[in-house]
Amino acid sequence: MNPIDERIVRATQGGLPLVPAPYARIAQEVGISEAQVLERLRSMLADGRIRRIGAVPNHYALGYTANAMTVWDVDDEAAGELGAAVGALPFVSHCYRRPRRLPDWPYNLFAMVHGKSKKETKVCIEEIRMLLGAACRRHDLLYSVRILKKTGLRL
Amino acid sequence: MDELDRAIVNRLQGGFPLCERPFARAALDLKVDEKTLILRIQALLDEGVLTRFGPMYDVERMGGAFTLCAMSVPAEDFERVAALVNAHPEVAHNYERAHRFNLWFVLAASSREAIASLVEKIERETGHRVMNLPREEEYFVELRLSA
Repeated sequence: MNPIDERIVRATQGGLPLVPAPYARIAQEVGISEAQVLERLRSMLADGRIRRIGAVPNHYALGYTANAMTVWDVDDEAAGELGAAVGALPFVSHCYRRPRRLPDWPYNLFAMVHGKSKKETKVCIEEIRMLLGAACRRHDLLYSVRILKKTGLRL
Repeated sequence: MDELDRAIVNRLQGGFPLCERPFARAALDLKVDEKTLILRIQALLDEGVLTRFGPMYDVERMGGAFTLCAMSVPAEDFERVAALVNAHPEVAHNYERAHRFNLWFVLAASSREAIASLVEKIERETGHRVMNLPREEEYFVELRLSA
């Protein structure tokens, strides 16, 4: 990453300044023009280094208190297709394929499910189970008990 | 939360404008003025409804590395181990979960090598094994939570 982008990332990873012209403020901090800041942000958005720009809500504050990490042991050959289908479900925020660690950990597909109650979350999990069908050998769920740290990723 | 708060949470999770007066532009869509929108976002941050307002970066695409780690820690040793893990600035999130693997955290560092040595360090410090589960593929990220 070039040094200008790195300075922009450092100046904005905690959030945008809440002022009428936030990009001009960042430009001042970084020591480049506002047009350059806008151009660099557009480019980082285009190549995926920025996923999106906007509000990052706190699940718990919105009432999503039954948050479960669901883990599934699915056929490797089918994992790509199934992962995409699970990831597209509206109540799934993240879906990843990860390595198994046998014998302790047989699961290769992870999906974060967010519900406003355990009952709602259970219905969601059942929906995933139906979708995976016979390609899934076993699954487990891990409810979050406590957030021990949440600082966000930092450069 | 009133209608405007809900509209901010529901409609501003992405697509915040890249222009000279982005709050004014976004406020137009929400049918409020720039100043009202800025104050309201500040209030939502202060109340903890929003954790942040700004760009969401993908650390891996920026040349860094990250991974999900899990540990199985006996209850009587849990607080000590959680504190040791949290003490590392590379630990971005750390959750206690109801499972035999009860401690789950995300490590972010400059490279895979840095991650590997950090994993070893945490094992040495805590005396417990760390299960390292780097992502191999990502299917979708970012739920649009509705308020």
